[in-house]
Amino acid sequence: MTVAPILEVVGVSKHFGRFVALNNVSASFEPRKLSAIIGPNGAGKSTFFNVVSGAFPPSAGKLRFDGRDITGSPQHTFARLGIAKSFQITNVFQQLSAHENVRVAVQMRHARYQLLKARADMREVSDRASELLARVGLSGLRDRAAADLAHGQQRALEVAMALASEPVLLLMDEPTAGMSPEETKVMMDLIVELAAERSVILVEHKMKLVMGICERLLVLHHGEFLAEGTPADIKANDEVRRVYLGQG
Amino acid sequence: MKAKLLHGGFELVRRHRVLAVVLFLLVFPLLMPYKALAINILIFGLFAVGFNLLFGYTGLLSFGHAAFLGVGSYLTGISMVHFALPWGLALLIGVVAAGLVGLVIGYLAIRTRGIYFSMVTLALAQIVYYAFYKAEQWTGGENGLRGIQVPAMELFGHRFDFIDPTTKYYVILVFVALALWLVSRVLASPFGAVIEAVRENEKRAAACGYDVARTKLLVFVISALICGLAGSLRALHLSVVPIESLHYLLSGQAVMMCLLGGMGTFFGPFVGAAVFLTLEDVVTTITRNWMAVVGGVFMACVLFFPAGLWGTLVKRAERVVRL
Repeated sequence: MTVAPILEVVGVSKHFGRFVALNNVSASFEPRKLSAIIGPNGAGKSTFFNVVSGAFPPSAGKLRFDGRDITGSPQHTFARLGIAKSFQITNVFQQLSAHENVRVAVQMRHARYQLLKARADMREVSDRASELLARVGLSGLRDRAAADLAHGQQRALEVAMALASEPVLLLMDEPTAGMSPEETKVMMDLIVELAAERSVILVEHKMKLVMGICERLLVLHHGEFLAEGTPADIKANDEVRRVYLGQG
Repeated sequence: MKAKLLHGGFELVRRHRVLAVVLFLLVFPLLMPYKALAINILIFGLFAVGFNLLFGYTGLLSFGHAAFLGVGSYLTGISMVHFALPWGLALLIGVVAAGLVGLVIGYLAIRTRGIYFSMVTLALAQIVYYAFYKAEQWTGGENGLRGIQVPAMELFGHRFDFIDPTTKYYVILVFVALALWLVSRVLASPFGAVIEAVRENEKRAAACGYDVARTKLLVFVISALICGLAGSLRALHLSVVPIESLHYLLSGQAVMMCLLGGMGTFFGPFVGAAVFLTLEDVVTTITRNWMAVVGGVFMACVLFFPAGLWGTLVKRAERVVRL
């Protein structure tokens, strides 16, 4: 039973000068599954995330989204095509309110170069932003400047903004970075919810977090895929255990 | 109850900010010692507001905006002096020319960021300065372009004597008011939100799906058009176009005016221009070193009123109203 993959990574390599961060990696992701790229620090996870999310093009290889070649496309086309991302280091619009952060993200699908209409009249955009804020539990803080939010709240805001473009594929780079155990639980529950509606690919280095919720794991090590499979497969994999235990 | 009234009044002014500004500008000449200063403030107020679209709202510091003021002035002047075109058409040509120069300079500058962006705009503006300086047959070179005559204007079936300072002020006010209204519309539009998002976090704006380069270029051109209009009006006002119109000193003044008044507000730059020009006017009667005095005031403002004079006033008012 083959389902057309939502994302295909074909022979992707990425060099930074002489340093090879990714070495000829290939992977195929099925739609509406929750997958995670895991690996120790320095394995190339961030580079993989950046290539797949459009931050920079690969040095070699191809990237296909829903059958369409998107290798080398500029960053802004990714969201328009339906690929949204949340960053490892929180990246929000600091001086804008939480609501405005999400509202401007939602607006992308409605108006980009509209010069004369009053955006205050675009009620659907504003209402949708309020909905998304409620979904991540930030309704009470809608008028607070993003810079004044607590770390965990900013991460939640990031997720709301990623959802704003109605993505088919959601890419999340270490979504629980810097969060308390309570905040982590809330975020992971949200991710599981989201994975039921759309495709989600996480990049994580905390193995325990992803073991319980992901359907598929891919282990990255020194820029290459070491193993892939269900959490059970990965747990039983000797090489993976050596790599993780060996790292300390 | 009083707080509610205050809040309501505040919101009313905010929503109709252009109308409030225009109403103020209608009586402004009565507050000024002489009309020429008031007219100068109108022109440079518009220049500063146009510049602030790029500086305060998009976060791009250009050190070459004199190019747009100057191109607007020169093209309007040249149209009237060398081609005997009517003032209305000459005005349009000045604005369009400034926009085109803005398109070229913007396209080249936007490929760079931060301090390099500022340097590129400065360098390109200097090229424009040099080109106009050298084209003596058209621009009068060092001596500037002279002989721009606007004795009478026909508007809505009335004859207006443009030489009369009061008439001149109100005619120029019509154009300034229209331009301010346009800027206000753009800032309140969906595009206005994109501009601010780009200022806050380019990477994030791109990740949301916005074409950052194209957005910056569009703002650059709009800014150039507004500053070009200020230049065109200046040519009509002075009847000459001094070569200093293209000098980087004017570019620096635009920055100072925005910082003085407050770059985070719509009206701040206008207030900054008014303060700057009034200070210049008053201080030059006392000492030749007016720049030193203005520089001192500028430093004091940056230290004690980081949001600008107008910006700080607005913030204080907001706090009072919110209480």
